[in-house]
Amino acid sequence: MVENRPWADFVAHVILVIGVAVIAFPLYVTFIASTLTYDQVVTVPMKLTPGDQLVDNYTQVLTAGSEKGSHAAVLPMLVNSFVMAIGVAVGKIMISIISAFAIVYFRFPLRNFFFWMIFVTLMLPIEVRIIPTFKVASDLHLLDSYGGLILPLIASATATFLFRQFYLTVPDELAEAARIDGAGPIRFFWDVLLPLSKTNIAALFVILFILGWNQYLWPLLITNQESMYTVVIGIKRMIAGGDATSEWNLIMATAMLALLPPALVVVLMQKWFVKGLVETEK
Amino acid sequence: MAEIVLKDVKKSYTTGVLVIHGVTATIADGEFIVIVGPSGCGKSTLLRMIAGLETITSGEIAIGGRVVNDVEPKDRNIAMVFQNYALYPHMTVYENMSYGLRIRRMPGEEIRKRVERAAKILELGALLERKPRALSGGQRQRVAMGRAIVREPAAFLFDEPLSNLDAKLRVQMRLEIQKLHRELRTTSIFVTHDQVEAMTLADRMIVMNAGVAEQVGRPIDVYDDPNSLFVAGFIGSPAMNFLPGKRAGDAVQVGALQIPLPAPLRAKAPESITVGIRPEHLEAGTGEGLAFTFKVDTVEALGADSLVHGLVGDGILVARVDGHATPAIGESLTFHARPGKLYFFDTATGKRLRP
Repeated sequence: MVENRPWADFVAHVILVIGVAVIAFPLYVTFIASTLTYDQVVTVPMKLTPGDQLVDNYTQVLTAGSEKGSHAAVLPMLVNSFVMAIGVAVGKIMISIISAFAIVYFRFPLRNFFFWMIFVTLMLPIEVRIIPTFKVASDLHLLDSYGGLILPLIASATATFLFRQFYLTVPDELAEAARIDGAGPIRFFWDVLLPLSKTNIAALFVILFILGWNQYLWPLLITNQESMYTVVIGIKRMIAGGDATSEWNLIMATAMLALLPPALVVVLMQKWFVKGLVETEK
Repeated sequence: MAEIVLKDVKKSYTTGVLVIHGVTATIADGEFIVIVGPSGCGKSTLLRMIAGLETITSGEIAIGGRVVNDVEPKDRNIAMVFQNYALYPHMTVYENMSYGLRIRRMPGEEIRKRVERAAKILELGALLERKPRALSGGQRQRVAMGRAIVREPAAFLFDEPLSNLDAKLRVQMRLEIQKLHRELRTTSIFVTHDQVEAMTLADRMIVMNAGVAEQVGRPIDVYDDPNSLFVAGFIGSPAMNFLPGKRAGDAVQVGALQIPLPAPLRAKAPESITVGIRPEHLEAGTGEGLAFTFKVDTVEALGADSLVHGLVGDGILVARVDGHATPAIGESLTFHARPGKLYFFDTATGKRLRP
């Protein structure tokens, strides 16, 4: 379609520029703030050109944390966040891919009932079931452990549903051909279904990694020791309560650090991500 | 290589509702059997029961003398070619063809030999490293057949394998399947809804209608001597003409036309009789045999010959005439049916009247 309407073009571009500015400006401010000294950050108005504290600020938060808020170093928190995000993403994918396989390819009594059970109960966000879940985790001595951070978040209705929908589009003849070729259910799953799900897995991994990384409420409850903080919790703890001042330059540096891994995952897996969402290799 | 025996095979999905009403047939070793019928007649279900993909409600299926009712598909020593080919999309042609052998833990050297031999027969040699995505419909079809051939099974089962191909390719693949069967001589069961495929490929065919095997026999016998209205109408192209009429003494009254009943049929003939005559058995002009006159209603010109449609009594009559002697619409034409080429059916039961 070729159109030549200069006014429409102009208006469209203005809207786009405003949109980009609304998203990008806060990020820019965060970055600038993370390069300034404490005094510069609290000056009104804050200057909008980079300062000279970039290396100092980042080194300090990575190794020693803030001085006035929490004193925990951010590097171990990044590791914790990473372990948790990977654990949640991989765990969710493993559990849901297997349950979807069972629901689609096996006939057992109450199959649909179980599917809807999974679907309905897990549609509830963690916040709704957080008290009983905390009680269970605490009884199992999972507080302040990776297990406690990861396990309660692993079951996933969304991922199960997604894989179920994908399996339903795989032609039945493929399963039948495999049956005649002599492949049992496990062989079929491993040799045929799994390779076909590759792109779906990749797309889901990106979404779930970010979901795991951004968890706030659950890690806040389950972790008490500084050594188990995730970076999102770390940011919260750096903000001093009451009358004390918060070192916003260091907090912003931590925020920048917390932002990097999810962005990296998206950038690196972008090709796969898009492929998984738009096409299926059939 | 094996004989396949079906003994009163029945299938029902909901208790009491049969979709296959007891099919009995013996398929000889090395024979090419075509199961033909309209969609929904149960032909694919029957094939899938032989393959082991559907359970058998009652009756017995034996392959090579062994009853296989409760045997897994992989242990029945059969290979199947599916309508949509069902190739594994992520595997190369070589991997697709060798998958079944690898699962059976055949030595690598033997697998390679078998795949290469099959690839040579099917002219797939240059395509072995490609993925199915990069193949044309005809090539995919060939890979699907290659996957069956390398297994060297007791029987090949084809489930409408040519339906997804265009007309020209379908004819070509039909010839190739014929040639392949001549070379391999493996018992084959081929399901199709296309009577031309059935006529050209079959050693014998099973004509199915609504879950019943209406007739089993060599294609030419089924064509010459159909058992029922259904078989007569389904086999042969263009389809047989049917003229519904009433019995009037020793003749059948169709509109103003009196068609004499052959003497041997007179004793048992019912009230309502349908007379069948194939378009290719009608000759222009008067001559020996029954004469028809009708007004030309429509003409389909096919080139070599033309199909002329006209009304006789309550039935439409189609006649095949030379393509260069096409009559005008509305013209009155006279045809005569070749002697002995009239078929008489009981309208109520659809069965052929036999002495």
